[in-house]
Amino acid sequence: MRGRRCGSLKRRTRLPGVLCIFLSLEVLPKSSFYTHTNKTSSVPETSAVHSAEVSAGLGALLLELPRDCLGTGTAVALGPPLRTSPEWVRRVMEGAELAGKILSTWLTLVLGFILLPSVFGVSLGISEIYMKILVKTLEWATIRIEKGTPKESILKNSASVGIIQRDESPMEKGLSGLRGRDFELSDVFYFSKKGLEAIVEDEVTQRFSSEELVSWNLLTRTNVNFQYISLRLTMVWVLGVIVRYCVLLPLRVTLAFIGISLLVIGTTLVGQLPDSRQYRPQKGGICVANHTSPIDVLILTTDGCYAMVGQVHGGLMGIIQRAMVKACPHVWFERSEMKDRHLVTKRLKEHIADKKKLPILIFPEGTCINNTSVMMFKKGSFEIGGTIHPVAIKYNPQFGDAFWNSSKYNMVSYLLRMMTSWAIVCDVWYMPPMTREEGEDAVQFANRVKSAIAIQGGLTELPWDGGLKRAKVKDTLKEEQQKNYSKMIVGNGSVS
Amino acid sequence: MGSRSSHAAVIPDADSIRRETGFSQASLLRLHHRFRALDRNKKGYLSRMDLQQIGALAVNPLGDRIIESFFPDGSQQVDFPGFVRVLAHFRPVEDEDTETQDPKKPEPLNSRRNKLHYAFQLYDLDRDGKISRHEMLQVLRLMVGVQVTEEQLENIADRTVQEADEDGDGAVSFVEFTKSLEKMDVEQKMSIRILK
Repeated sequence: MRGRRCGSLKRRTRLPGVLCIFLSLEVLPKSSFYTHTNKTSSVPETSAVHSAEVSAGLGALLLELPRDCLGTGTAVALGPPLRTSPEWVRRVMEGAELAGKILSTWLTLVLGFILLPSVFGVSLGISEIYMKILVKTLEWATIRIEKGTPKESILKNSASVGIIQRDESPMEKGLSGLRGRDFELSDVFYFSKKGLEAIVEDEVTQRFSSEELVSWNLLTRTNVNFQYISLRLTMVWVLGVIVRYCVLLPLRVTLAFIGISLLVIGTTLVGQLPDSRQYRPQKGGICVANHTSPIDVLILTTDGCYAMVGQVHGGLMGIIQRAMVKACPHVWFERSEMKDRHLVTKRLKEHIADKKKLPILIFPEGTCINNTSVMMFKKGSFEIGGTIHPVAIKYNPQFGDAFWNSSKYNMVSYLLRMMTSWAIVCDVWYMPPMTREEGEDAVQFANRVKSAIAIQGGLTELPWDGGLKRAKVKDTLKEEQQKNYSKMIVGNGSVS
Repeated sequence: MGSRSSHAAVIPDADSIRRETGFSQASLLRLHHRFRALDRNKKGYLSRMDLQQIGALAVNPLGDRIIESFFPDGSQQVDFPGFVRVLAHFRPVEDEDTETQDPKKPEPLNSRRNKLHYAFQLYDLDRDGKISRHEMLQVLRLMVGVQVTEEQLENIADRTVQEADEDGDGAVSFVEFTKSLEKMDVEQKMSIRILK
């Protein structure tokens, strides 16, 4: 098993589609068998080897099936020659046989070029070549766009700058325009201006929608400001659509199908083995990362095994969650349940106390953010104790937008978007472990870790709660503003 | 999937809105994009709740009053033209506006007078054209919360009304309000510049 590396090491992971997860799942069950100890005398030694063979055999079975099925099928159908068999039936049979041949060739190719090399850890360099071509194409496209648009509109594309000119001076400066200390009728100007500014643009709402790109990457979904430039560019875009939907998509769907079936089957098998949950040597730590999409989880698991903590989902996500629980202990809970939260804290404490269990993976933001900033870390994970291993994850938006806007897309349509992007490219930084210091409470500790992750990943840091995606803000924050203002007009003023 | 771009064709009555508010086409597109981002359930209009979801607005002491200003005459919804009409008050005053001042055309929404009128209406809740002492107290209470005693607040309110009141009716009319803020650079204080 590849061990997790601690320390400020930058690791670049390239994932065409959801390739890696299924590869990791491919690797995981197998390697777990090889480290199986003979603690359990009740289970014969050979069961481990058998299970490995079974899952490998299953894979082979999936591939062999079409060929055999169609082979015997056609033989049977055409067995006794029917004198009255119509022409079209035979055509259909031939067509089916052809389709079967194509399918089996396709699957063999996939197996040969992708699955097998990754199982053995060999890289054929196909990804690298693909990425090089892609980068060259996108650079060419950017140059064409810049040549095509007039100069002024290039300023428009600085999406990182806000859309309104902000005067960030604090309350005192903004209010004491031309007067002394006391209350004036004009004070209302300051607050109304700030209020209207918030309505036009605020820091938080924009984090829950996908990031705008500075230059177009030939995907329709990121085309916000870009118009028709030239015929050549449109041709390239059409070519891109064909490549993405007819080549990349079927490839990734095939892998997804194979992967998910193996996941569900494999984890069931592993779960059957007695004591299969206790076999890993553990560090008893907590891994903490910023959250952008479910793919974060897949990326981290390619490099190590974790016990996960998260919100219970329905649908496809729910199936995957329930399957995973069969093989390893994870903690899935309902966010809105108060009792659940206490239970969760208790369970987590027990989990790290047991040194033999997997390290825990938690996303303290509590929801997906669009990868331009890090929002408030909830203190719950930092009260448990234990060492925290922070991880910063930053996606490169040029190749595909990984952000999961769960109010807009469900899991399946999100996966479809992922699989029709060019690629998902991200940087993962493992940072040195941190512990709570003397006299530091959970909130301060959480903020410290959050700053470290934000700095490492090059993201902005926001004090707002990610829960604002779904709920209103608390009143305590308004009281702070009121306190500030009161100090100004009463504290220093000459009010009798 | 589909494109998320805001085209002029999507904004209904774009031309009449532009004439009324004076926003440029690009600014209008930006505001339309923002309107749709705030309209979470894609209803086509905004309700009070949509505006209350904005964190920075909810912590603003005058947040509720500002939200109210979008719903004149007791309405419960605000559509895009209504939304832009309020924001037009805060459009910066350009030189071109004062030059091409046609006496027959209605005053632009971002004139000094209209900006002051917006601020006046934040105080004057019952819309009777005067800020009474009671209304002054209410706004003050909003801005300071529980930090200041009733007595201190009443003193401040009394003093302010006295200073501005000229005809001695114990309330501040719009004319008196304007007069007391003659020297104030209203155009600058109540302007939000939208970058391209």
